[in-house]
Amino acid sequence: MKIGPKSGLALALAAAVGGSFLTPRLDAYFLNILIDVGVNIILAVSLNLINGYAGQFSLGHAGFMAVGAYTAAGLSTLVSANLLARFHGFEHSCWAFGCFLLALLAGGLLAALTGFLVGAPSLRLKGDYLAIVTLGFGEIIRVLLQNFESLGGARGLSGIPPWATFGWVYGWVAIVIFTVLALVHSTSGRGFLAVRDDEIAAQAVGINTTQYKVSAFVIGAFFAGIAGGLYAHSKQFISPEGFGFMKSVEIVVMVILGGMGNTAGVILAAVVLTLLPEVLRPVAAYRMILYSLLLIVMMLTCPRGLFTALGERAKGWLARPKNGGPP
Amino acid sequence: MLKVVNLRAGYGPLQVINGVSLRVQPGEIVALIGANGSGKSTLLKAIAGVIPQTEGRVLLRDQPVAGWTADRLARRGLALVPEGRALFHGMSVLDNLRMGGYPKRLAGARLAERIEALCVRFPALREKLSQRAGELSGGQRQMLAIARALVSEPEILLLDEPSTGLAPLLVAEIFDCIGQLRQAGIAILLAEQNVQGTLRIASRAYVMQTGRIVLNGPAAELLRSEEIQRAYLGK
Amino acid sequence: MAAFLQQLINGVSLGAIYALCALGYTMVYGVLQFINFAHGDVFMVGAFAGYYCAPLAAKLFQPQSALGAVMVLLTSMTVCAALGVLIEKLAYRPLRDHPKLTVLITAIGVSLFLEFAGQKFFQADPKPFPELLPHAQYNPMPNLVISSDQLIVMGVSVLLLAGLHFIVRHTKLGTAMRAVAFNPQAAALVGINLDRIISFTFALGSALAAAAGILYAMNYPAIDPLMGVMPGLKAFVAAVLGGIGNLPGAALGGLIIGVVETFVGGTAWSAYRDAIAFAILIVILLVKPAGLLGRTEVEKV
Repeated sequence: MKIGPKSGLALALAAAVGGSFLTPRLDAYFLNILIDVGVNIILAVSLNLINGYAGQFSLGHAGFMAVGAYTAAGLSTLVSANLLARFHGFEHSCWAFGCFLLALLAGGLLAALTGFLVGAPSLRLKGDYLAIVTLGFGEIIRVLLQNFESLGGARGLSGIPPWATFGWVYGWVAIVIFTVLALVHSTSGRGFLAVRDDEIAAQAVGINTTQYKVSAFVIGAFFAGIAGGLYAHSKQFISPEGFGFMKSVEIVVMVILGGMGNTAGVILAAVVLTLLPEVLRPVAAYRMILYSLLLIVMMLTCPRGLFTALGERAKGWLARPKNGGPP
Repeated sequence: MLKVVNLRAGYGPLQVINGVSLRVQPGEIVALIGANGSGKSTLLKAIAGVIPQTEGRVLLRDQPVAGWTADRLARRGLALVPEGRALFHGMSVLDNLRMGGYPKRLAGARLAERIEALCVRFPALREKLSQRAGELSGGQRQMLAIARALVSEPEILLLDEPSTGLAPLLVAEIFDCIGQLRQAGIAILLAEQNVQGTLRIASRAYVMQTGRIVLNGPAAELLRSEEIQRAYLGK
Repeated sequence: MAAFLQQLINGVSLGAIYALCALGYTMVYGVLQFINFAHGDVFMVGAFAGYYCAPLAAKLFQPQSALGAVMVLLTSMTVCAALGVLIEKLAYRPLRDHPKLTVLITAIGVSLFLEFAGQKFFQADPKPFPELLPHAQYNPMPNLVISSDQLIVMGVSVLLLAGLHFIVRHTKLGTAMRAVAFNPQAAALVGINLDRIISFTFALGSALAAAAGILYAMNYPAIDPLMGVMPGLKAFVAAVLGGIGNLPGAALGGLIIGVVETFVGGTAWSAYRDAIAFAILIVILLVKPAGLLGRTEVEKV
């Protein structure tokens, strides 16, 4: 299941545009879930660039998301509170559109800057050490936000304008998929894979591994920031607790389940895992226990990702008549 | 003592040992020689249970032991001294020797007695007992690795390239000391690239090539036959 | 002066708990080179095992008797030792030859499982921990108060640390554990059964976590299923700070984190006390990744 950058962009854009026409007919609960799915796709695909393609294990994606969410939400509540009162119809004007775009971009850029600040010094560390440092950064960001009274502090920030529509979210889904795929399919982008597979060998052929690792962090963090902004403007309320370690783990699980470095699988995993809690609603009491058990069982049975394993099985099955079974 | 029949082994899908049979008697030094990459190390590791065997039989004192793990074989009296020596670098020389008593659960006076005996055999180690193993020189590390294997009085000792990376003088010393072990009645299987030195102390030898035994016979004969040396031993 | 001493004592008694917990991380890292993320939740289970055992102990012995408290402590340590061994057997052992990240994710899964199962079976609301021993307070000087619980924490920690030191340095299993940490392959070649040593390591580490859980619960009014998350993370930071894989380092790291956190808690920055451990972690990893007492080792290829 390989999708190229252009077909990925086309598919996601088609979904965004098509979906936008459908949204007025959708029931609000369903629309909310669709938006959650979209936000999670952005998070998972961007984390996949860091974890899956560049091989740098990050457990702090929710921290980047928080930076984006708070920046964008802070700006837009400020703007809308000041302009909404004076400017009748601001809510639906193209001014609002522009404001939202600027707020999102500001959130994304600040998250990217944070990604740079986290990534640049910590990339000397490997594997689980890096995981712990990114976890630490995520926690620090959370504690800082808890103490940032002008942004609501521990109580959270409410009254964020509901600007994140279906079209906005899936437009960004299209952009993130396109960017990540175009990056790793380009000649220079193969450097990501080289760094992941064998850092020393990559250095030996002249790849600046640090630059690749840092840029993966920066780009990944940018999109996490965008996802945060979209999340804030769809939920209309954010609090530091929502961007804790659990949220980071949730995103990591999507990447692992989808198969690290497998964009299609990761998208599928983001969809499935966002829907799973909804599906498990009837057994609500045991929902999270089941979720964690599934995670353990999945790691034990197909550690390279459920969808990667399924894809390989399907491939092997298709190839069997020709060459007599998988090797 | 040790009998290997039609052994196959390798790393994952990569088959390195393709049906090897050999035997080693008590009090006998058997040489395993062959060029780099012929499978000597892999064979020793497979016999010692460090890498899995895919096929074949291994008998230790007529007891089938194929498929046993390395630690179980060690407790049964088979000791491998791998290439690179596999010491506990952060522990003292004395602690390394004490670990050598682990297979036989040696402790207290018994253990001290064995270590003392080995210090007599390897005087260089006695002065270094409190140093970290990682601080020893190459030759001393090799001595320590062999000494550690001997603490539990194994019945068979597998030595992988004990002379690699040592100065010529030390090589002779190591071979000397291996030669002396024969008197203790230990069966020794010695994999080496140093053909001349090895054949001088061995009674019999197997020549390996691409994971197979291509030749075997008394060591003295192999040492004499120039033709064989040229063909198989890269001389 | 009194205020300083007061903070120091509070810090040391908190740090002792972190130290006990940090030892589990560091031991497991020593033999398996991976972060047992579920360790903090074993700490939580330890506290709950004590919670459920306490009424029983009060019935068997006098309420608030020393024997009862010892029974609670030992029961909880046994339960957690078994839990640790079980977790390793079921979740980590099948992945022994897989990339460390796979095991790390599995460990996170185990951690989440214990937390969610805890919320289901112990209930999510905080529970007051039974008073195992009568309270007393001492005033060695004006404005300095030492509670009996703090003394117990320090006393029990010192006893456990001494016990651990004895096990690791002077018993066969302990020596074998160190040997596995230094070189697993060589350990197998001298006849050490790796599985047994790893089980032993988990049992030992989890028992210490259980003790830490009980001590923590005695000093803090309530326990809940998520109580292990923060102390767990901080104890891990302590292990890294001291040099992961290094036992005295873990103990030292725990004390440092506990003391620093307590002092920060006493200043205007008290709202940031949960972040301080992570800030220390980041600084130490960037400046001296091997930790305070750790030796820098070349990465094995």
